[in-house]
Amino acid sequence: MIDLKGIKKIYANGDIQVAALNGVDLHIGASEFVAIMGPSGSGKSTMMNILGCLDTPTEGEYFLDGTDVAKASGNELAVIRNRKIGFVFQGFNLLARTTAVENVELPLLYAGVGGKERRTRAIAALESVGLGGRIHHRPKELSGGQQQRVAIARALVTNPSIILADEPTGNLDSRSSEEVMAIFQRLHAAGNTIIIVTHEPDIAEFTQRIVRFRDGHIEGDEIVKNQRTAQAQIIEEGVAK
Amino acid sequence: MNFFESIRVSLRALRANKLRSALTMLGMIIGVAAVIAMVGIGNGATASITAQIQGLGSNLLTVSPGQSNAGGVRGGAGSLTTLTMTDVPKVQAAGPAVKAVAPVSSTNAQVVLGSGNTSTSITGTTPDYQFIKNVSIATGRFITTADVDSNARVAVLGPTVVTDLMGDANADIIGKNIKINNVPFQVIGVTTATGSTGFMSSDDMITAPISTVQERLIGKTTLRSILISASSADDMQTAQDEITVVLEQAHKIPAGKPDDFTVQNQADILASMQGVTQTLTMLLGGIAGISLLVGGIGIMNIMLVSVTERTREIGIRKAIGAKSNDILLQFLIEAIVLSVLGGGIGIVLGTAGSGLIGTALKMSTSTSLTAVLVAFGFSGGIGIIFGVFPAKKAAAMDPIDALRFE
Repeated sequence: MIDLKGIKKIYANGDIQVAALNGVDLHIGASEFVAIMGPSGSGKSTMMNILGCLDTPTEGEYFLDGTDVAKASGNELAVIRNRKIGFVFQGFNLLARTTAVENVELPLLYAGVGGKERRTRAIAALESVGLGGRIHHRPKELSGGQQQRVAIARALVTNPSIILADEPTGNLDSRSSEEVMAIFQRLHAAGNTIIIVTHEPDIAEFTQRIVRFRDGHIEGDEIVKNQRTAQAQIIEEGVAK
Repeated sequence: MNFFESIRVSLRALRANKLRSALTMLGMIIGVAAVIAMVGIGNGATASITAQIQGLGSNLLTVSPGQSNAGGVRGGAGSLTTLTMTDVPKVQAAGPAVKAVAPVSSTNAQVVLGSGNTSTSITGTTPDYQFIKNVSIATGRFITTADVDSNARVAVLGPTVVTDLMGDANADIIGKNIKINNVPFQVIGVTTATGSTGFMSSDDMITAPISTVQERLIGKTTLRSILISASSADDMQTAQDEITVVLEQAHKIPAGKPDDFTVQNQADILASMQGVTQTLTMLLGGIAGISLLVGGIGIMNIMLVSVTERTREIGIRKAIGAKSNDILLQFLIEAIVLSVLGGGIGIVLGTAGSGLIGTALKMSTSTSLTAVLVAFGFSGGIGIIFGVFPAKKAAAMDPIDALRFE
């Protein structure tokens, strides 16, 4: 699914060259649920950009579904992002004056899907994240957790190869965080490949595998031994109250 | 993404920012409306001057006395008194291209009837004047050869003069005695209103036998002009040449010396007047065109602001798969929609405005289809030209930077 070989990303700042990533090898298989962790400056954001085809590495090979995308042009990257990657951001990044369903339709619009099919698929995606009743709400009329679920629906709607989430719970309270993670766990159970970047260890524990970055290297790569179940957490907290 | 989807995306973005879209369009609206209105007024002026000159008579040639040029001091056209009644029969016999001839002596005079009082121009002439100048009589009759031969004190009034004297253009004035510079004249006819105003109005004048006017009002036998009607429009040049030859002989002008008279062709006057008004139209249109340009720059300005403000939106769109061309098209279409919509509204307002100005200034205005098409095409072109730069800026944005933009 994802194969990174000797990935380097070097930023030139005047005469000084800074290596954000300095030779990263990583394999992520289909249907994995991976957390990327690391302190700020560790290179995890750069990793995220490269994985998400928002940026290309200075050196190295990146095979996504068997094709090398490391040397792709801007427009080719746009097509790959559209077809193979679903993004979820910390700040939700929904279009403000646009309704939930129109936000979810957006990737399909750029994929050239016709109006009727677009609407059907967008509504189905919103229903799958439990927002079937709020399709015509604008982002401002939704809570943070609901906005993030709209963003997840938008990431899902194209049936991407991987869902990339950059600090998806960073702007949410713990209850909403657990709801969002419950959705990710459900999507993972349904066979989706999900990669999330986070600095919160308890969020990372909802995943199967944690890859730790430090100073542009992979410092550790481990299987989560006691994976938490977000749904169980929500129920448990409900009982405690 | 297909073209129609792009248009819908752009329209939605414009609707989201109604006030700004409207203000941006205002620049285009004013620019286009100004062009349409100014060209409309210019065209109207051209048309009304053409109509006035054509209304002066059919196939008309005018002989005027030449300019005096004594001791280097150049007088105005007609400042010499070289045309006299003796020239009239000679012009009449100049050739077959000359159909009718009417000498004109004119002056301005005070006209009194009871308590009514007005100042108008008095034209002394012969019966052929009626044919040459297409004068039509509303009531009574025109002057006759007998009137001219007998120095009759009779006068034909324009409807404006009747209104000025009696307060009503339809008042019965036939047979009444009016005083022109204290000389009593009997009113024998009233001409039909032609609607011409201002410059050489045929409604605000009095026509009387030339003999009476020369003897009683001017005291000179020299002529202001001789009016000639050519047999047909094609004969105008022939008639002009024939008259020139006859008058050069009569006035004993040696070859190579300047004539002491000028023969003016109606078509020449028309052409020179139209030249003036067309220059005026272009000038007005040009000034208005500058405001169109300013409107275009306004669109570019707003689009640039909009691109910066919507950096994050551009980032989101790019992250989820919009190609550079999709973004380019979106912003370009926004600019074009603004300018074309503004242009369309401008055309409507400009047309209405030129009509209103025409009514207010009592002049005819005409909106030319050419001006409408040019203004519309121009506004579309401005949308493209001034939209490309901001759109390219948007399309060239790096999605990572754009997403990070606060």
